[in-house]
Amino acid sequence: MRKLWITLTYLVFFILIAAPLGKMAANAFSGGFAGFREALSRPEALHALMMTGLVVVVVTLLNTLFGIMLALYLVRAHWLSRRLKGFLNSIVDLPYAVSPVIGGLMIVLLLGPDSALGGVFEQIGLKIVYAFPGMVIATLFVTFPLMVREIMPVLQEIGSQQEEAASTLGAYGWTTFWKVTWPSIRWAVAYGVILTVARSLGEFGAVLVVSGNIMNKTQTATTLVYQDVENFNVTAAGGIALVLAAFSAGLLLLMEWSKRRKEVH
Amino acid sequence: MHVEVRGLNKHFGDFHAVKDVNFGIAKGHLIGLLGPSGGGKTSILRMLAGLETPDSGEIVFHGKTVNNLPPQEREIGFVFQNYALFKHMTVYDNIAFGLKVKKANKQAIRDRVHELVELTGLKGFEKRYPHQLSGGQRQRVAFARALAPEPQLLLLDEPFAAIDAKIRQELRSWLRELIERVGITSIFVTHDQDEAIEVADEIMIINQGRLEQKGTPWDIYKEPKTPFVATFIGESTLIGSADELKGFKNAGGGKPTKALIRPEYIEVGQLHEFKMASATEQGIVRHLHFRGSEWLVEVEVNGHKLTTYRSLEKETLQPGQEIAVLVHRAYLFNDEKSWIQENGLKEDPMPVFI
Repeated sequence: MRKLWITLTYLVFFILIAAPLGKMAANAFSGGFAGFREALSRPEALHALMMTGLVVVVVTLLNTLFGIMLALYLVRAHWLSRRLKGFLNSIVDLPYAVSPVIGGLMIVLLLGPDSALGGVFEQIGLKIVYAFPGMVIATLFVTFPLMVREIMPVLQEIGSQQEEAASTLGAYGWTTFWKVTWPSIRWAVAYGVILTVARSLGEFGAVLVVSGNIMNKTQTATTLVYQDVENFNVTAAGGIALVLAAFSAGLLLLMEWSKRRKEVH
Repeated sequence: MHVEVRGLNKHFGDFHAVKDVNFGIAKGHLIGLLGPSGGGKTSILRMLAGLETPDSGEIVFHGKTVNNLPPQEREIGFVFQNYALFKHMTVYDNIAFGLKVKKANKQAIRDRVHELVELTGLKGFEKRYPHQLSGGQRQRVAFARALAPEPQLLLLDEPFAAIDAKIRQELRSWLRELIERVGITSIFVTHDQDEAIEVADEIMIINQGRLEQKGTPWDIYKEPKTPFVATFIGESTLIGSADELKGFKNAGGGKPTKALIRPEYIEVGQLHEFKMASATEQGIVRHLHFRGSEWLVEVEVNGHKLTTYRSLEKETLQPGQEIAVLVHRAYLFNDEKSWIQENGLKEDPMPVFI
């Protein structure tokens, strides 16, 4: 009986993860290594990978900064009323509950060229929707809870006494943050960064709606894979997908490693 | 530093945590804030440190109001209940933190840290992290860290609460000596009366946000100003009506008056052992507890259970034995006032017995 369950577990693992991954890799190399390289060196593929890279970098930077700030405010700020804190706290989880496509749609409705706000930005020459800023906003929307939710429990656990001790020893806010708070939360931040990178690397729905998926302009790696599949260019799709998968696997390994480091200190 | 507090009030939501507290502390004194948990002691300490803002009232250090000064500028050292050591820093870095923040020069920092490591007996532990230390060692680090920037006032929040009983005893006398040597004005919070009596020059009893009494341990013990202080300090038995005790008839002048009786106010023995036999009352020994160096005796007198101590040198009593009981004095109080009264019959024996 037990053997049966073990076999079944392996079977599920194989069908769900190993087989599709293997098939995808085989597809990517169905035209040999030259075919793989060709799929990746198409100008639209290079551009899409670059767009993805840029979105990942910008989103991760912004999300790290604002995630840390919001987590600090939600846990530490005495000047925010408890009710407001509770409200903000539940808002943070909104992107978990809302489908990314709907998140993207909200951004289009709010900042699209036909909206009042979008019109204002258009007039000063800043295009948001169907352009890079919109893609960043959409990805930020989706990844926002990841950083906050990593840091908040750590802040709650360490409590405010070490920070208070620092203040009685003469340290002001900035010094206290870098010398006392940061060393305690840095592994949570690292973990949050990895999650953010992974999530923004793979984000599809929100970005598809907001970017308009314009080739060589606003197309990202995931939306290119989608387009390649639509065009029955399975080999090319497999190639790019493999690159994304490789990144994800690398991130997972990094995450495992950082988890182990987190336990050390 | 001389500390003066006037009309201090603090609310947490609807809870009135500190109620109109006034006191002054002379330079170099060691003060114990004593009271039951949740009485507002820690809130007072945190307001002195600037970690909490008073709703009203004034805090004056050295004749200067510091209400609007942040903790960074108050020149205080604070030892937290759970020490709040910087857990990712070594003992050395913990102690050096306050000096580094003040941008002292490297050599001065090193000298000061070594001096404190020496003073607190932490030599050899400089490279350890807090989680590699015992409770007592952590306490010493917290203490050294607070003293490093040479504060004018040292505030300690339940400094011994997290340490086991045996080591607590040692640390108490250690702390007392150390504070004397450094000569710094210090205030510590505790809910343990033994600790306050043993360590402090002066005690302030805080109950339900109010300062009940301030004085030396001996004064407070001898002359408690309020019934709360009388019950909180030392052991005592409460008698609902003082009139029922022999020698205290009409003590309240007709008003219903209660009495608190400490074990040391009572003497028990055979009738012939007392000089003023007329002042004694007949009682029955109910229980005997051996307390290591003496007997704790429970006697029943007129339906009241009183406790007292009896030397092991004296004849051993038996439960159920009839015995003479003399109440030397009692702490009496009613709605208007409270006072200590000697047994009236002790001084003025009835002529019948002559």
